[in-house]
Amino acid sequence: MLEIKNLSKIYDNTVLALDDVSFEVPQGQFLAVVGLSGSGKSTLLRCINRLIEPTGGQIIWDGVDVTAALPEDLRRIRRRIGMIFQHFNLVQRSPVMTNVLSGRLGYTNPFWSLINRFPKDDVAMALRQLERVGLEEKAYTRADELSGGQQQRVGIARALMQEPAIMLADEPVASLDPVLAHSIMQYLEKLKEENITVICSLHFLDLVQRYADRAVALKDGKVVFDGHPSEIDDKRFEEIYGEEAQRIG
Amino acid sequence: MNEKEKSSSSILRTLGKIALIVAIVIVYAYGLQVTKVDLEKPQEGKRQQQLTNILRGLANPDLFEWKIDRVVAEAPVLIPCDGQTLAAPAPVEGQPTITLSTYCAEPGETITVSGFGWARNEDVFLFFIPYTADKDNEVALKLLDDRVVTDNQGNFTVEAELKNDRLSDKPATIRAVANRKTGMPGPSEALKQTWEKIIETVFLALIATTFGIFLAVPFSFLAARNLMIDVNSTFVKFMASLAVVPIGGYLGYIIFKSLTDLGRSFTGGGEASASALLWSVLPVLGFAVLKGSADGGSKLFATLRRVIISAVITVVVVLALAALANVGRGTGTDLKIETGLTGVIGNFILILSDAILLGMPVLGFVIGFFLISSMAGSVTEMVEDRASEGVVRIVAIVLAAIAGMLWFGVITAVLNWLYQFGDLRYVIIAPAVIGAVLLTGIAIASNPHRIIPTGMFIYYIVRTIMNIFRSIEPLVMVVAFAVWVGIGPFAGVMALGLHTIVALGKLYSEQVENIAVGPIEAVTATGANRLQMIIYAVMPQIVPPYIAFTLYRWDINVRMSTIIGFGGGGGIGFLLSQNINLLKYRQASVNMIAIAIVVASLDYLSAKVREKIT
Ligand SMILES: Nc1ncnc2c1ncn2[C@@H]1O[C@H](COP(=O)(O)OP(=O)(O)OP(=O)(O)O)[C@@H](O)[C@H]1O
Ligand SMILES: [Mg+2]
Repeated sequence: MLEIKNLSKIYDNTVLALDDVSFEVPQGQFLAVVGLSGSGKSTLLRCINRLIEPTGGQIIWDGVDVTAALPEDLRRIRRRIGMIFQHFNLVQRSPVMTNVLSGRLGYTNPFWSLINRFPKDDVAMALRQLERVGLEEKAYTRADELSGGQQQRVGIARALMQEPAIMLADEPVASLDPVLAHSIMQYLEKLKEENITVICSLHFLDLVQRYADRAVALKDGKVVFDGHPSEIDDKRFEEIYGEEAQRIG
Repeated sequence: MNEKEKSSSSILRTLGKIALIVAIVIVYAYGLQVTKVDLEKPQEGKRQQQLTNILRGLANPDLFEWKIDRVVAEAPVLIPCDGQTLAAPAPVEGQPTITLSTYCAEPGETITVSGFGWARNEDVFLFFIPYTADKDNEVALKLLDDRVVTDNQGNFTVEAELKNDRLSDKPATIRAVANRKTGMPGPSEALKQTWEKIIETVFLALIATTFGIFLAVPFSFLAARNLMIDVNSTFVKFMASLAVVPIGGYLGYIIFKSLTDLGRSFTGGGEASASALLWSVLPVLGFAVLKGSADGGSKLFATLRRVIISAVITVVVVLALAALANVGRGTGTDLKIETGLTGVIGNFILILSDAILLGMPVLGFVIGFFLISSMAGSVTEMVEDRASEGVVRIVAIVLAAIAGMLWFGVITAVLNWLYQFGDLRYVIIAPAVIGAVLLTGIAIASNPHRIIPTGMFIYYIVRTIMNIFRSIEPLVMVVAFAVWVGIGPFAGVMALGLHTIVALGKLYSEQVENIAVGPIEAVTATGANRLQMIIYAVMPQIVPPYIAFTLYRWDINVRMSTIIGFGGGGGIGFLLSQNINLLKYRQASVNMIAIAIVVASLDYLSAKVREKIT
């Protein structure tokens, strides 16, 4: 269970990106975070693994206060939280294998990892994860030689190397075409079988309604909707996206 | 606006233009005077002759030499003539000969010298050798000031006036000499010298670049805005670091220095102090106590264990390295005097050993500096977390006072060393008090939890230092280094190395600033620590451009090392400046050709490699 309590984030003492956000996510749920551009979706996701330090409030995960964790403990928490990104965030010049293995850094002996040595088990696991996303034959290709969809699959493999209990996905399909988008979303959907919580920010409501168990909508950093995606009717839609917004798809 | 106003404004504008033109003329007129431009000088005959000499010298580089075969023909002549008749020398088949119009002449008489059987168009020099019994000490006087050139048949005829002095009743000798080039040309002395110095130059650039890289890499991180902007700490934490780092650095220096001395004493060098024994025994004792104690589970115990084990390892490593370096010093000094590769390796061992012995205390300083800073950080973090607001405030004030005292003291000590105000013990008091009061005041006025951008602090300091040093040309720096370590390539290495550090540091840091943050975010999110993040997310992004810039810099360094000799930095430049000063333009020309070849080929090479990498 992940509890977000009164979370707030103020950038540079001026921009209020999250305003008293509270909700709970049971283990294994597929939660979509929706909202206009600038509503605070990315900020929320990055507060959960503290890539961004929240200004106030708490994040409690299975009784542990993530917001109060000291550096060493924070690393232990982070390694159980996978994350994938809109722009994939692979190291472009490194081979796919190295990118995937880097998902294991939180577990490995720091010394060996510094000289690029990983335990045999980790290497085997990396190959398994690549197989899972259908890229086993690309293991030794440089990341920048892959297409966008392939890069995102490598991103997923990297996150899965962490054996995560939570997967954060920040607009994972926003830079992909619709067909690829569905294939990526299906990989995420399958994580439910392993009881992994997925928290995914999405732009398209049809994707939300198709894949998510639940949706949380943000507007100007506040939660304006929290419920099943099917409950987002035209009136709710207007509340979330504003009067002028036109529903597409 | 009426007509009158219009015309007056246009007059004003014209006047303004004229004033501007006059001003420009004055500026240039003054400039020409200051720079002493003088178009008469280049036209003076004497100076034009000098220029011609230089250009002819440069156009005829002294590259090759031939083996010289000296061809000689002689004829006797008796002066004054006392009635005797000397026979003409018998011609030898296949050898050139000379004949004289008379073999018995009066002093000052003009005779005709004819040559037969010489090479065509050959330069022949005529000498007059007065009679001497001691053939080894004969004196050859020029019979003619100029050379004689043979005709198309290899013959010549020339009139020569005999001398009035050096008379004798024995026959003197007229000698004709031609210097013939034979066989294949070999490298000239100048070329050999140039070769030797150009090698020195290329290595000078290599060593300077290598030195530069080592320090430029860490500096480039400190001078990269995107890395440093995240480095923040609370006011109290910052004060804690400030207060302890001078102490930590000093302690680290002392400990490592005494350990190094102790290590040296193992192999019969240096002197061990009692404190060194203490430093080395302490962690071992701690280890023993820990091993003996029963409690094995607590977290504190585990941390303590780790710390003590690291300390033991550090002590052992330092001792061993120092002992080894001491041996290396001895061996190196012995081997250095040998010739060939053995000597080179001996010298290498000696330098390496010296570097270890000198570097250890510096390393100790750095380790102590950072270790204590991070320790102080953790402790204050804990205090901030647990202690009450009032306690944190007091801690902040006390730490600020200590920090102010120490840093103002350190700065005063440095200034006192430079300006020699007086006895440091008295000079230091006032600034230390002022510093303590000043920072106490700041501490009282500010919130102890306030975030201080320590990273940007360091960033600006490092940037400023780099900019200052970057603006000093190596050719100027080398003058200072030549005073310190003597004229020669070592001074050149130091000057170029220093400039390389700052120049590369700047270029590198710009690369760091250009890296994509996405991968950093992603790798951090996996739970990697900071060092792992740097290795996996930063390094792959910066290593290729680092290599490219290093090559570029090595290229510049080769170019600079060719002139660094003008400032006393060794290499080909030194030879060139000497040759120019001695008016040996043909030799200087060889130096210049070598410089051009090396610079051009390295330019090409580094461009090719850089192309490959990026
Ligand atoms: N590093 C930052 N510094 C200052 N303000 C920021 C920063 N990052 C985001 N913001 C501001 O915080 C607010 C929320 O941004 P956030 O990126 O979380 O929105 P988002 O919902 O992810 O938007 P998008 O859909 O465009 O990605 C915005 O107003 C943004 O301008
Ligand atoms: Mg976003």
